[in-house]
Amino acid sequence: MAFIEIEDVDLVYRNSFGHEVSDGTLALSGTNLTMERGEFIALVGPSGCGKSTLLKVVSGLIRANKGKVTVAGETVTDPLKIVGMAFQNASLLPWRSTRENVLLPMEIVEPHRQRFRSEKAHYEELADKLLATVGLEGFGDRAPWQLSGGMQQRAQLCRALVHEPDLLLLDEPFGALDAFTREELWDVLQALYNDRKCTVMLVTHDLREAVYLADTVYVMSARPGKVILDKKIDMPRPRKLEDLYSRDIADLIQELRHHINVARTDD
Amino acid sequence: MKNIWLERLSPWILTIVLIILWELIVKGFGIARIVMPSASESFYAIWEFRDGLLNSSLTTLYATIIGFGIAVVFGVLMGVAIGISRPVYVTVYPLMVAFNAIPKVVVVPILVLWIGAGLQTSAVTAFILCFFPIVVNMAVGLATIEPELKDVLRALGAKERDIVIKVGIPRSLPYLFASLKIAITLAFVGAVIAETVAGAEGIGNLMLVASSNFNTPLMFAGIIVIAAMATGMYGIFAMLDSRFTGWATRGSMNFATAGG
Repeated sequence: MAFIEIEDVDLVYRNSFGHEVSDGTLALSGTNLTMERGEFIALVGPSGCGKSTLLKVVSGLIRANKGKVTVAGETVTDPLKIVGMAFQNASLLPWRSTRENVLLPMEIVEPHRQRFRSEKAHYEELADKLLATVGLEGFGDRAPWQLSGGMQQRAQLCRALVHEPDLLLLDEPFGALDAFTREELWDVLQALYNDRKCTVMLVTHDLREAVYLADTVYVMSARPGKVILDKKIDMPRPRKLEDLYSRDIADLIQELRHHINVARTDD
Repeated sequence: MKNIWLERLSPWILTIVLIILWELIVKGFGIARIVMPSASESFYAIWEFRDGLLNSSLTTLYATIIGFGIAVVFGVLMGVAIGISRPVYVTVYPLMVAFNAIPKVVVVPILVLWIGAGLQTSAVTAFILCFFPIVVNMAVGLATIEPELKDVLRALGAKERDIVIKVGIPRSLPYLFASLKIAITLAFVGAVIAETVAGAEGIGNLMLVASSNFNTPLMFAGIIVIAAMATGMYGIFAMLDSRFTGWATRGSMNFATAGG
């Protein structure tokens, strides 16, 4: 059985309060997707197609109106307890140091929650080690607003991974960064993934990012969203940025772009 | 270095300039003392009536602090309830807005009817005046937690209580302190209103008596003392604010403030 199975999921669009809109506009319609444990997938598609919504459905933060979502053999009804998430906005807590921000999940997830106070030194060391792996060695004591945008995203990745989640959900985590910083962070994420082999779902607008990082890229249709195409990316890991400029990969990106353009203009 | 000192001193310099202007204008135009006493006459009145002023202002201060203290306790509790629960917000908030719109002067006679005229009336009026901004600010801080951050925590299995303790409360502290600075000055206004309207003991009542005796210098002395006390209390809360929530001035939070 696959690690994540999304079968025929429908979801009615909701407003910012989480109430379903009365006209019953669908955000997702007949969405199907399966992924294996340890797989890295990317979701791409026209904006507003429900990519982020699909992430929330998988994590159990929103319940599907129809269809079934299974993670690790269990039907998702409530928020899963061991998911790491990261967003476009780093949303670090300004009153905590960078280290304390990274350790936030440890204050919530069992069994760390019980041990956190008594073994604080141990956890702080763990956070510093993790910060070092993303290039933030010695920045643990800094306040988040003293970090650049790229550094904040690195810290956010640490916060998403510190409790060793089985599933990592990333919603355009590099969307607000400049091109060079973004490419740097692709490699940071790739290194973290190679190291931990957790299962990753990445939502992105950037086709190069999707192809560079994912094992499989899923293309979604315009709203109501569903998966219309999946594409295996046969690039050996660890991947290098130069690989993106090879003929095959360039053609692949071209092809994906074409599908998204068709999806955008379909309705 | 010089600029920092200039910045710190500038409000004091302006105060002194205004006092000198006041003195010059009153003396220069020969304005009658009963209409507008000069600055020196007003400050002399502070000295002349120091016993009465000290007693009255301590009473006012006492009433203000009691009313303010109760408002902080209940305001924070109410603010938390409104901020985290949409049903409570929908039910309670419109009523609070309506109640806050009532001019508080008209409430004082009713209070006198119920609890008599005295320290308790001043304290309750102070409470009524400064309760609302505390509730609103506390609620805003809690209700505007970034949805992404909530998702991050909920996806870790956090309960609503965890989110409130780890994020909601610390996040609303700058809002709370911003409201406390406003609330303490409003509490003074409330106490003095009660003293003036109900004749309860305090600086408001002292001014009422001074007015009926045509003792204008004493009235101005009273005004100076009230302003000094309110500014002093404001200063204390401004200091606490920068001490505890200095991080917020670097962040990008917007404060909602409300007055009564």
